[in-house]
Amino acid sequence: MKSITQLALGTAVAVGVAFSGLATTAAQAEDSNYVPLLTYRTGPFAASGIHIANGMHDYLKMLNERDGGIGGVKLELEECETGYNAQKGVECYEATKGKGALVYNPYSTGITLQLIPKAGVDKIPVLSMGYGLSAAAVGSVFPWVFNVPDTYWDGASVVIKYIGEQEGGLDNLKGKKIGYIFLDAGYGREPIPLLEQLSEKYGFELMQYPVGVKEMQNQSSQWLNVRRDRPDYMVMWGWGAMNPTAIKEAVKIRFPMDKFIGVWWSAGDDDAAAGGDGAKGYKAMNFSGVGSDFPALDDIKKHVVDAGLSSTDAETIGGTLYNRGVLNSVIIAEGIRTAQELTGKKVITGEDMRMGLEALNLDEARLKELGLSGFAHPMKVTCDDHAGSHPVFIQEWDGSQWRQASGWIEPMTDVVRPLLEAAAAEYAEKNAPWPARTEPCPN
Amino acid sequence: MFYREAGQFKTSYKADQALMPILQDRVGLLVILAIAFVVIPVFANDFFLTSIMIPFLVFSLAAIGLNVLTGFCGQLSLGTGAFMGVGAYAAYKLTTIFPDANVIVMVLLSGVFSAAIGAIFGLPSLRIKGLYLAVTTLAAQFFLEWCFIRIGWLYNYNASGAIEIPHREAFGLVVSGAEATPIVRYFIVLCITAGIAFLMANVLRGRIGRSWMMIRDMDIAAELMGIRPLQTKLLAFAVSSYICGVAGAMMVFFWLNAAEPSSYSIALSFQILFMVILGGLGSLGGAFMGAAFIWILPVFLKFIPGTIGIDVAAETVEHVTFMIVGALIIFFLIVEPHGFARLWQIAKQKLRVWPFPY
Repeated sequence: MKSITQLALGTAVAVGVAFSGLATTAAQAEDSNYVPLLTYRTGPFAASGIHIANGMHDYLKMLNERDGGIGGVKLELEECETGYNAQKGVECYEATKGKGALVYNPYSTGITLQLIPKAGVDKIPVLSMGYGLSAAAVGSVFPWVFNVPDTYWDGASVVIKYIGEQEGGLDNLKGKKIGYIFLDAGYGREPIPLLEQLSEKYGFELMQYPVGVKEMQNQSSQWLNVRRDRPDYMVMWGWGAMNPTAIKEAVKIRFPMDKFIGVWWSAGDDDAAAGGDGAKGYKAMNFSGVGSDFPALDDIKKHVVDAGLSSTDAETIGGTLYNRGVLNSVIIAEGIRTAQELTGKKVITGEDMRMGLEALNLDEARLKELGLSGFAHPMKVTCDDHAGSHPVFIQEWDGSQWRQASGWIEPMTDVVRPLLEAAAAEYAEKNAPWPARTEPCPN
Repeated sequence: MFYREAGQFKTSYKADQALMPILQDRVGLLVILAIAFVVIPVFANDFFLTSIMIPFLVFSLAAIGLNVLTGFCGQLSLGTGAFMGVGAYAAYKLTTIFPDANVIVMVLLSGVFSAAIGAIFGLPSLRIKGLYLAVTTLAAQFFLEWCFIRIGWLYNYNASGAIEIPHREAFGLVVSGAEATPIVRYFIVLCITAGIAFLMANVLRGRIGRSWMMIRDMDIAAELMGIRPLQTKLLAFAVSSYICGVAGAMMVFFWLNAAEPSSYSIALSFQILFMVILGGLGSLGGAFMGAAFIWILPVFLKFIPGTIGIDVAAETVEHVTFMIVGALIIFFLIVEPHGFARLWQIAKQKLRVWPFPY
């Protein structure tokens, strides 16, 4: 009896505290710009997610420490753990949107898809950097969604173009077999329409090897099929625990690694290292800098990591995924800065942020100013094109680290763009009545 | 003292057979309904409605559905997630085929498809019982999940493979899609859940419910007394799947707005099963309590440190939440294996005799 009373009392107190806590969240400091970071450091995708989360967090934290924020206003950062789970992602979104969130980076195609229709309603832009819905690149239909620097369809076209180069021209792809191993979720299925189109156009055979989320760590059956089918090239759209497993399996069946190309999300250092010596020659696309030889990264090390303000292991600075996270934060920061310039306000809103992102122009001079010369290809967003189809490069694993293996390769914009527009129109039609764009164009 | 029914005389059969014969229960229920229909809508913010109340009600309904099958009819099922998925995909297809029809009707109708599928997968229950039946329902789970991934027609061949809920209006209000306000969604979910719970409360204490419980307690004896096992078991599967299907459709229409096949995975089946076991097998109230424990507690734990100003890393909170919830599940199952419903009964009994316990 006594213990039950205590239990009941304890529960009542806990619930009371929780309620009062929820009530106070509305009150927020008015002199900072609030940036929620949807990250995942737990679950089956944590191996990739931790580096991204560290990179995103550290760059923005560094701006706070070194420059006192952006335009003299500090950034208020808050991480919310999604575990790559769409339900938890939406929960994080609902919990943080009321605090004046400027932009969301879902880092999951599943979460992105859920946030896309909400973005225009809540007036908070979604920045899905190099992932999410490809069709969102069409700014006239998706004014609130940004996927600079590239869509998955751009990426898929670059892979085919690169393979064509290796074979001495796209015409030589005729009769070749290209295997596509992908995470069987929204993410991995996204590039299939484009690959199918290209396969028709260039006459290569596309063989699909889906890997379910549950089978990520056991791909032996897929790779058995690969061994049987003997594709000339393998292309991978993997994430989290799928990447190291696939590379290990490829090594095991002695697939020629120089003919195995991953998307930019299959480009982690840990992913490739898992294959041991056999992984030498594995290739992946990338659009963010290789290595830690950039002044801005030195500043991160000095102001954030060495100061103990981050959970980053100093050795992981400069890793592909860490740098990807940094680039994501550079785009956020430049978006805020541009928005401040456009509006003349210091503390901006989600609507201002949308304008800032739409007017984003990260040219070579600005990259140099940021201490990130050569870290990324200069990128520009226009009102029509929220992705920009920027060139990407291929990097190669030399057994211990990544090194750049090609120049910047332009995506096949002529093929991708009409498809993007058709897909955007289809999305708007399926989700009718999809709101027509009313937001003015800042540039 | 608080719960004494002394002095409450029943003068008619009708009063004696009422759903809640005791005054305190009726008052209690009215208070809960008043809180749900008036207090929460007036005072709650969007986060509370969309991330706590709506999912809580959806999961409560799903737990009621599973409780009908497992708690009342004694048929263990691991296919709940898939049956919810059938409801979701059916409602999605219905609303895209008939865009002008009332989406709430479509949601309620989607349960019919789920019921049909559930009855088909319930057929083996005639020959096999217990864990073996659980394995066949597991097969249903995997088969249906495979369908959600592989059959493009189900998701209208979206490139992403996900179903995205379109904008729909009913009664002059936007009820689904991104523009639907949390309060409207909340009221729809609340009305459907309360309505089905009320209906089930009556079904379960009538002829049908009693025949399910007879099958649960001893199927041979039930058969000898004239209960036909085929019809009874299949009816339990159908009713359970109908409720789960409606819950699944509500989950995507009024809560998530978009769903991938992985939203209806085996993990969801287990989540619902834990709600039922923790809440108490064979209790409607238990379904709500179990859903509250499994869904609301982790959300609270996750957002408490931030809201009271303790700065803890997000992933630490996640890990700690896992540990606390896990430990509490073990604790409650040791203290009371019959779940929260039984705890509540004990508490009621204590309140009844207070302050003179014996």
